Amino acid sequence: MALGAGRPTPQRRAVYAAAALVFAFLMLPLVVILPVSFTSADYLGFPPPGFSLRWYRAYFDDPAWIAATLRSLAIAGAVTVLATLLGTLLAFSIVRGRYPGRAVASQIATAPLAVPTIVYSVAVYGLFSALKIAGQWQGIALAHTVHALPFVVLIMGAALRTVDPAQEQAAMGLGASRLGAILRITLPQLRPALISSAFLAFISSFDEVVLAMFLGGANVTLPKKMFDNIQMEIEPTVAAVAMLQIALAAIVLALAARFGSGARVMN
Amino acid sequence: MSARRQGWGPLAAGALPLAFLGVLFLYPVARLLLLSVEDGSLRAFERAAADALYLGVLLETLKLSLIVAAICLVLAYPAAYFLATASRGWAALGFACLLLPFWSSILVRTYAWTIVLGRNGVVNRLLLETGLIAEPLALLNNEAGVVVGMVHVLLPYMVFPIYAVMLRIDRDLAAAASGLGASPWRVFTRIYFPLTLPGAFAGSVLVFVIALGFFVTPAILGGGRVVTIGLLIEDQVRRFLDWPFAAALAALLLAAAFLIQGTFQRVLRGETRWH
Repeated sequence: MALGAGRPTPQRRAVYAAAALVFAFLMLPLVVILPVSFTSADYLGFPPPGFSLRWYRAYFDDPAWIAATLRSLAIAGAVTVLATLLGTLLAFSIVRGRYPGRAVASQIATAPLAVPTIVYSVAVYGLFSALKIAGQWQGIALAHTVHALPFVVLIMGAALRTVDPAQEQAAMGLGASRLGAILRITLPQLRPALISSAFLAFISSFDEVVLAMFLGGANVTLPKKMFDNIQMEIEPTVAAVAMLQIALAAIVLALAARFGSGARVMN
Repeated sequence: MSARRQGWGPLAAGALPLAFLGVLFLYPVARLLLLSVEDGSLRAFERAAADALYLGVLLETLKLSLIVAAICLVLAYPAAYFLATASRGWAALGFACLLLPFWSSILVRTYAWTIVLGRNGVVNRLLLETGLIAEPLALLNNEAGVVVGMVHVLLPYMVFPIYAVMLRIDRDLAAAASGLGASPWRVFTRIYFPLTLPGAFAGSVLVFVIALGFFVTPAILGGGRVVTIGLLIEDQVRRFLDWPFAAALAALLLAAAFLIQGTFQRVLRGETRWH
């Protein structure tokens, strides 16, 4: 492909101007929430009459908010471990396997992507209710793992395809065991993809609200508590929490870009 | 490659995650679908089709998804073009503007839109103060608000596939066409645009299908006045405990999603394959 962008034509300038507006649209809500979260007023409004940290303090001083946050962190932590582990195993199986039914396994691995979250939420809620295990945080973690698994399989599968199996065979020829060859030769090359997978699994669980709404019961997660507060339109504490979440997303994005295999999942 | 030497290892590695998905994904979804025909009749489906109210919700959901996909397509095109053609630094900035919202939670972004679009929100304040309007516009608790929120959430899903296709377009093609005397407009309509269609197509299908099942954004920005099939399903389960009817609605939603994806996957084979 020819490098160098060439002379900017008026047409291209017009398209770039349109693109700038689109990017502004994408950033607008994130930019607006920043001053609002620092408001000194009792109500939501723009522009804020003055600035203070009172709503951040309100968040940190409220045991209910903190409990919801810790619950979400625990769930997201469990999901990160489970989804990365299971997804990596499944990616290995699909990419390296030569067994019949491999295509079906591949279909099953990405099927959760094709099922709308509301449908899966109702489905898993029905099952957990029948088994009388609805309302536990562990249930949310399991459902979130299903939700995150396809992303891990896609990222790990794509990375695994770039590693030549001959390397493993060479290591085995030199006396390494099969597992040893995978752990010492292949896995280190997959580290960026593993990191990306883990971050994506974490953030997808930490932000998820629909499954948590159905399965949580009294065990309210952070997004569920935010959802309830937004519906009731109470004070701006939720703006402070939202700002903290955007900061978290920015950190995760930066880390994934630095250590991961690229933040893009699709295509 | 020595397939035989791979042995049963890969199959064994896949057994645990596949069992996990079988128990926690395939089984509950199949169980739900069976609930819709629990008493051996299609009564629940008949109810969905016969009642004008429910039919209206289905049509509203389809219409909303179509509008959202169309707007996303229009907005994604220049953004993807910028990302694919701008210099490295500018493209990185563009990606930051795309990925930061993408990685932020849907809930946070939807909530932020209530601040932007509200009666005393940013947009209304701006328009009132510049004298463009005399009365605040109703941008929230209606379809307009839901569309804005959904477009914001789904836009990246449209940009990524179009961007991916644009990256692969050989720039010498356009150079050759203009070298042979084609106007920039002609180069665009005859060369560039047709080559980007697979990406636009893939993105549109993806956005449309995800939009069909949306829940959080219509719930918050619709203010109860925009009822989508997702909201209806939730209502039937949690308020009315009508499992067969909720299951029938879920089956309809799932069938629509699969039908659209299946149909277009055939058309797009080779363009959007993940495996």
